[in-house]
Amino acid sequence: MSWFEKPAEAPARVPTDAIWAVCPSCKAYVAKEAWRAADKVCPRCNHHERLNCRERVALLTDAGSFKELNAEVSFNDPLSFSDSSGAYADKAKATVAKTGEGESILTGTATVEKIAVVLGVMDFKFLGGSLGSGTGERIRLAAEKAIALKRPLIIVSASGGARMHEGIVSLMQMAKTCAAIARVKEAGLPYLSILTDPTTGGVSASYAMVGDLNIAEPKALIGFAGRRVIEQTIKQKLPDDFQTAEYTLAHGFVDHIVPRKELKAFLANVLRYAGY
Amino acid sequence: MAKKTEKKLAAWDIVQIARHAERPNITDYIRLLCDDFVELHGDRLFGDDRGLIGGFATIGGRRVVLIGHRKGRGVDENIEANFGMASPEGYRKAMRLMRLAEKYGLPVVSFVDTPGAYPGSEAEARGQAEAIAHNLEFMATLKTPIVVVVTGEGGSGGALGIAVGDRILMLQNAVYSVISPEGCASILWRDGSKAPQAADALKITAESLKGLGIIDAIVPEPAGGAHADPAATAAAVKKAVLACLEALCAVPLKSLVAQRYDKFCAMGCR
Ligand SMILES: [Zn+2]
Repeated sequence: MSWFEKPAEAPARVPTDAIWAVCPSCKAYVAKEAWRAADKVCPRCNHHERLNCRERVALLTDAGSFKELNAEVSFNDPLSFSDSSGAYADKAKATVAKTGEGESILTGTATVEKIAVVLGVMDFKFLGGSLGSGTGERIRLAAEKAIALKRPLIIVSASGGARMHEGIVSLMQMAKTCAAIARVKEAGLPYLSILTDPTTGGVSASYAMVGDLNIAEPKALIGFAGRRVIEQTIKQKLPDDFQTAEYTLAHGFVDHIVPRKELKAFLANVLRYAGY
Repeated sequence: MAKKTEKKLAAWDIVQIARHAERPNITDYIRLLCDDFVELHGDRLFGDDRGLIGGFATIGGRRVVLIGHRKGRGVDENIEANFGMASPEGYRKAMRLMRLAEKYGLPVVSFVDTPGAYPGSEAEARGQAEAIAHNLEFMATLKTPIVVVVTGEGGSGGALGIAVGDRILMLQNAVYSVISPEGCASILWRDGSKAPQAADALKITAESLKGLGIIDAIVPEPAGGAHADPAATAAAVKKAVLACLEALCAVPLKSLVAQRYDKFCAMGCR
C-alpha cells in the first residue's frame, strides 16, 4: 500500500506548490515528481488532469520528432469584438503572452513509434480551447499537409466549443474543419480523433466526432449541449455519469477509452492496422 | 421591398422580427413557393423528427430536394415541431434526403430557421454532436448543388447542420449566430438583460454577415417584415433561389465541390 492510497488529508503544514500537486478530483496530495511521472493522472482516483499542448505532444510523439507547422497563423478578431470586460483582441493577446501559443491548437509533423503523422493538439488553457478562426485555419492546413505528405492525421481535442468572440466566423470553422477532414478521408488517409476533457459544443459537433476512430480518455466530459442548459430544458437533474467518456462509449459514439499511459502505443497499433 | 427611408433597425429589433410568431415558416414557404411537395419521413434509424422536415419539391418548374427546420404556428404545432429545434433524427433524415438528391441528380434547397439543435438528454444520448458533425462533413463533398436560405433564426450548430452550401442566402430580417444574444450576454456580460448589446456585438444581421463574407446575398422583405406579406416574401425567396439554382446547375460538379471547399476555407482568413 502506497502512502497515496490512504484517505486524502492535508499534510500538517500547508504544502508548497513546488512540492505538492493536489488532485482536482479527489483532493489527494501527490508529490509533484510522482504527478509528473504519471503524466498528471491521479494515482489514487485515476483522474486525468488536463495536459497543455506541449505536454500532450511529449506524451504521444517520439522524442525530438515534433516540428511545429504554421506557428504564424494566430488568432483573428473578425468582429472587432468587445464585451463588458473589454476587447477580445486584448484578451487574446494576453493569452498568447501567457501560454506562448498562438492559437488553441498546436499543429505539426511528428512520429509515433516511428510512424510519420500530422498531429494537432488543442490546449484548454488557450481561451478554453475555443474554436477560433486561427484554430480552424491551422486544422485546415494540417489536413492539407497530411494529404500532401500522405500521412495519417491525428487531432487531440480539448475544448469548450466555439469562440463566441469571433461570432459567426467561429461557427463557420466547424464547416471548414469538417470539409478539410472529408478531404483527408477521400485521400484514403486515416483520421484519428482523440477526445479529452472537455470536448463539447462546436468542437464535439465537428471534427472531434468524425474520426475513423473516436478515442477518449477516461472520464472525459464529451457532449454537445451544456449540462445546465439541458437540465433547464428537461427540468430534471442529470445523472453524474451523463456526458462522460464512458457514457459516450456506451451510446456508441466512441470506439475505445484509453488510459493516458497507453495512448501512444494504442495509436501506433491502430495505425499499423491501417497499413502504416 | 424595403423602403430606403425606413429607419435602420438595431440588431436586437431584427432578432424580434426573426422570431415573430407570425413570421412565415417552412410550411408557409412550401405552400407559397412550391408547385409540388412530396414529404419524405424518417431517418431509417430511430424515428421521424417533426422539427426538421424534407422531401421532393418543385420550385418554378425545377425539381429539388427541399429540407428545413420546422417551426409551428400556435402551441400544439410548436410542441409537435419542438419549436424548430431538431434532434439527431432530423439531421440524419436530412442527410438521407441529401444522399437521395445526389443519387437522383437533384439540387438541394435548405431552409434554416431554428433557435438551435435540441438540448435534451435524449438528443445527447442519440448523438446530437455526431449527427451535426457528420452532416458538415457530408455536405462539404455532396456532388449536387446546395442552396441555403436562412429565413428566420440561424441558431448555431443546429442551423449549420443543414447550412453548408454553394450559396447562402439570408432574408433581410433573419439572424444567424454562434450563440443566442441572451446566451452570450449571460456568459460574457454575466447579465442576460444585456442581450441587445450582445446582439449588436455578435454581428448577426444579414447586413453584417454579408459584410463579413459569410452569406452571398440578402433577400429583401416587405416593409414591417416578412410576416406583413408572406406571399411577397415567398416570391422574393423563390426568385433568389431559382437564380442561384440556374447559376449552380451550370457548374460541373467537380468544380462545384471544389468551389464549396474554397468558399468555407476562406471564412475567417485574413
Ligand atoms: Zn485523484
